Amino acid sequence: MSDILTTPKSRRNAELLLLILALAVGVGANALAGLDQDKGFSRDFYVQSLTLAILVLAVHVVLRFRAKYADPVMLPIVAVLNGLGLAMIQRLDVAMDPPTTAAARQLMWTGIAAAVAIAVILLLKDHRVLRRFTYISLIISAALLILPLLPGVGMELNGARIWVNLGFATFQPGEIAKITLAIFFAGYLSTNRDLILLAGKKIGPLQLPRWRDMGPMLAAWLVSIGVLIFQRDLGSAILFFGMFMAMIYVATSRVSWVLIGLVMIAVGGFMAFKLFPHVTARIDGWLNAFDPDVYNRAGGSHQIVQGLFGLASGGLTGTGLGQGRPDLVTFANSDMIITALGEELGLIGVSAIVLLYLLLVSRGIRTALGTRDAFGKLLATGLSFTLALQCFVVIGGVTRLIPLTGLTTPFMAAGGSSLLANWLIVALLLLISHAARRPAPPAGLAGTHPPAGRPGRRRDSEQARLAAGAGEGEQR
Amino acid sequence: MSDLVVTALRFGFLILLWIMILGIVTAMRRDLVIGNRTKTGTPSARQVRRHPELADEQPPAQRIQARKLVVVEGPLAGTTLDLAASPILLGRAQEATLVLEDDYASGRHARLFPQGSRWFIEDLGSTNGTFLGDTQLTRALPVEPGAPIRIGKTVIELRP
Repeated sequence: MSDILTTPKSRRNAELLLLILALAVGVGANALAGLDQDKGFSRDFYVQSLTLAILVLAVHVVLRFRAKYADPVMLPIVAVLNGLGLAMIQRLDVAMDPPTTAAARQLMWTGIAAAVAIAVILLLKDHRVLRRFTYISLIISAALLILPLLPGVGMELNGARIWVNLGFATFQPGEIAKITLAIFFAGYLSTNRDLILLAGKKIGPLQLPRWRDMGPMLAAWLVSIGVLIFQRDLGSAILFFGMFMAMIYVATSRVSWVLIGLVMIAVGGFMAFKLFPHVTARIDGWLNAFDPDVYNRAGGSHQIVQGLFGLASGGLTGTGLGQGRPDLVTFANSDMIITALGEELGLIGVSAIVLLYLLLVSRGIRTALGTRDAFGKLLATGLSFTLALQCFVVIGGVTRLIPLTGLTTPFMAAGGSSLLANWLIVALLLLISHAARRPAPPAGLAGTHPPAGRPGRRRDSEQARLAAGAGEGEQR
Repeated sequence: MSDLVVTALRFGFLILLWIMILGIVTAMRRDLVIGNRTKTGTPSARQVRRHPELADEQPPAQRIQARKLVVVEGPLAGTTLDLAASPILLGRAQEATLVLEDDYASGRHARLFPQGSRWFIEDLGSTNGTFLGDTQLTRALPVEPGAPIRIGKTVIELRP
């Protein structure tokens, strides 16, 4: 873990300029897709453009007041991705017969997500508060993961049991669980780093950890396997375990953890492939995608192959927004939105989108490098790695690099829970980057006041002593 | 609307998308310049040529390796601990490497860890802070042998 310092400077004006550009892209995409419909701009177009602009600018204004030094490029990137996704969902809505209303729902969830992000920035102020909730977040994560399995509340859709029925809408609690799990991992690893670092056996250049320190890794592995067995959700299982592996590697800088994790993934993956028919089907549809038997089977490779055909017909420059046929792919507006965009924007457009994700993740990692506290570093790394892993699993899945799994494309895919969770992640990253980039309190000040002389601190320490005394009493 | 206009708009949109990316990269450019406030790095040969006073620092080859940790002041005064290659946790908690019996220390107060040939001290979010010499730690700092580290009423030093 290293510190990299830059001169503190609020870059809110740069952010505003980029935001205007971002809104131009989002609104432009919507307008271009609407051009082909031959009936002028519908009411939907104005409602969507205005709402998106108001929401994004509201977040910007809140940042001006509460997190002045936050990273200037994260919000514009999120605005572009959200705008592009919204435009594509709207465009697919119109193409469906009869027209669907996914775009209106997506717009509503964008509003909720942006409002929650604003609330987090206003109420939280300092990310270090979250460290106090280390074990509470573990309990919340467990509750969120168990919720869809409860009869009555949970519901099964498309073979995966990851939804909760709220009455007016459905929700995937697993999306929020990845944030609470990141908070738990960051709190746990920043406190117990030294214990985990204690050296065990050494094999060649590889320093293995002690057996008893493998507990947390094993627990993360069991949770992921549990998600795979009970919820039948391969994507989330990969996401949770990959996030823990990345965070433990960043906390300890030991390659042996990554190797142990990869072995565990190999074992778990092989077992899942042999034991669970839904995993076997996914891998079969990946390896033998163009086999007519697999293509025509229910739940076979039809979806992924249609997506590939779409990408192929897009070519280098794409068919143009509103002029392709991405609606032929099943779940074109959620799982397969990348192929829909690839068909209409071409390789040039899709590589721009992938680059936007890369820039967003790199800003998150940069935030981790700049933060002064270990908890913030780990949290920022974990959250940005989650975004990166989601992109890899989804985009890799639809382009047939890896088996297709059910994760969502962050900020773009139709789906409220994913949108809400990813906006929350960005709100937390913005807060951490504010803490990282704001001017450090002058060092001289701290030196002139000895700690015992500070009344507030003194009281804290005495309370701590009392608490410690009480603890000892219980032990006796 | 004519085909020509639609095609122009189509390519215009792709260009706009890439202008957006160029804008973001431009905004990031200044941020990639790493500040020269990092105190742990040694000055480069070029910096020494320009500012001769930087060369006065001890060259790394002569640096004395710390081998022991000694408690100089406080309830545990006189305790010594041999330094191995693993980090040391300082605090009142029972799992700490050096369990401080100091009312002003936190459970997990600070950690000493080796990196390269030096030891670094890092505060773990303690209530009363950790002081290296006169400065309160805000980030990990290298510890030279003989420099006093103050945690509550305890003062420890590294010795060769």
